[in-house]
Amino acid sequence: MASPNDLQFQEFEEAAELLSADPGASTLSMSASNTSTTAAGGGRGGPGGEDVKLDLSEEEGEEESSELLGGQKPTGGFWTFEYYQSFFNVDTVQVLDRVKGSLMPLPGRNFIKHNLRSNPDLYGPFWICVTLVFSVAISGNLSSFLSERGNPSYHYRPQFHRVTIAALVIFMYAWLVPIGLWGFLTWRQGAERQIGGYTFLETVCVYGYSLFIYIPTSVLWIIPFEWLRWTVILVAMVISGSVLVLTFWPVVREDTKVMAVATVVTIVVLHTLLAVGCKMYFFQIAVHVPSVVPITPTITQ
Amino acid sequence: MAVSADEASRPFAGLSDVSISEDIPVEGDISVPMGTSSSNRQRGEDEFSTLDEPVKETILRDLRAVGSKFIHVLYPKRSTALLRDWDLWGPLLLCVTLALLLQGGAADSDDHGGPQFAEVFVIVWFGSIIITLNSKLLGGTISFFQSLCVLGYCIMPLTAAMAVCRIVLVGGSGTVSFIVRLVVVTASFGWSTFASTAFLADSQPPGRKALVVYPVFLFYFVIGWMVLTFSPSQ
Repeated sequence: MASPNDLQFQEFEEAAELLSADPGASTLSMSASNTSTTAAGGGRGGPGGEDVKLDLSEEEGEEESSELLGGQKPTGGFWTFEYYQSFFNVDTVQVLDRVKGSLMPLPGRNFIKHNLRSNPDLYGPFWICVTLVFSVAISGNLSSFLSERGNPSYHYRPQFHRVTIAALVIFMYAWLVPIGLWGFLTWRQGAERQIGGYTFLETVCVYGYSLFIYIPTSVLWIIPFEWLRWTVILVAMVISGSVLVLTFWPVVREDTKVMAVATVVTIVVLHTLLAVGCKMYFFQIAVHVPSVVPITPTITQ
Repeated sequence: MAVSADEASRPFAGLSDVSISEDIPVEGDISVPMGTSSSNRQRGEDEFSTLDEPVKETILRDLRAVGSKFIHVLYPKRSTALLRDWDLWGPLLLCVTLALLLQGGAADSDDHGGPQFAEVFVIVWFGSIIITLNSKLLGGTISFFQSLCVLGYCIMPLTAAMAVCRIVLVGGSGTVSFIVRLVVVTASFGWSTFASTAFLADSQPPGRKALVVYPVFLFYFVIGWMVLTFSPSQ
């Protein structure tokens, strides 16, 4: 039977009394500036409140997620909205800082330690990939239009199928390669988690931000001079490749020499393949094409 | 017990001894309005049943709501009317119109032509959903459907630009028509972005407004690109 006391509204000025009665209870502190009401009915601290935890339930997923996410423990299990909100806990200034850090790699400045500071986010990688997809597709379309200007039989086509292909390639690169690399590095380190090991989210973050330089590169590729295109792509590859190498070298250096060098070389080779592949497919020279077809034009109709 | 048969025939007999205290007056009549939301009552209308009204009334009410939102997009002010009574009729109408207007261009080879009808739909609706999720994940206070509603209605300037472009293309597709189309599309793209940020920006936490506005900018840019690159089949 419910007693009348349970039906009364409990004033929360008695929170201190409740807490003293049960010290093990989880507490939630709401900052004054946080007026948002989230869908799950729970709450989270304001920006920067990584230390606020909300125990929504006893979940066994908590241990796995803390392994995945290193410094910052997300709130709730992976089926709650708050779990994903913890990946978007960045301000405009922080995102711009990270972008700048990816454009100017200095030896000795590890991107993850210096810029991410155990607050990896998914905003940057996701929107940089989306922007890159559209910038590559649109610039490719513009460059093939410009290169065919003198050709009277050329009829302009928007070529929207390229957006789909670009999206597939870039998102697969930005997600599968970090998964593979993170899995490989974790396996090499063995069961013990060394201080130098990176979490999965940090790896994805580094790869995402390192792709940023390709956005202005793809816009510059519209200019139809081959020597300019190759120069620009070399510069871009050097910069973004060095961001990756500088980030992963301290982790890999403790391994045997062969494996260390092999890992770094693989990273660089994959990055190069992406850049050159995009250039070759999306920015074809007018020579091949009386009509615009993909790289294997052997099938004629 | 012996009274069980009795109680079975009078199921609420046991409640007859429940006393209602005098200070809780029971008044009003219990009538359930059919088909109206509770917000109707908040607007001060008497409870009435929309089941009895003529069909024309019902349709006109929805059309008037849609029309008033179109006017809000034309003159974007920081008003909450668009947000409070969201509906998805307007976005659906605009999306279908835009997708239909984008057909019939360079359709001889569907591999290299413009976007198919389904592609336009997917881009508009999935784009809106992703932008809404993005703004909610960043801590926005706007609800899911309100945001979809705003983003959908603000496609209206671009749809108008598409109609203008098709008319201009009837006259010819040379450089002059391209410049005219470029100007029209740029103006309507700016108008769309400005209108939607006027509605959305207030609901974002400070310091993250640019993070929310940028995907909206990208979304309308892509739609503007689709409008501008529409080339008629020859």
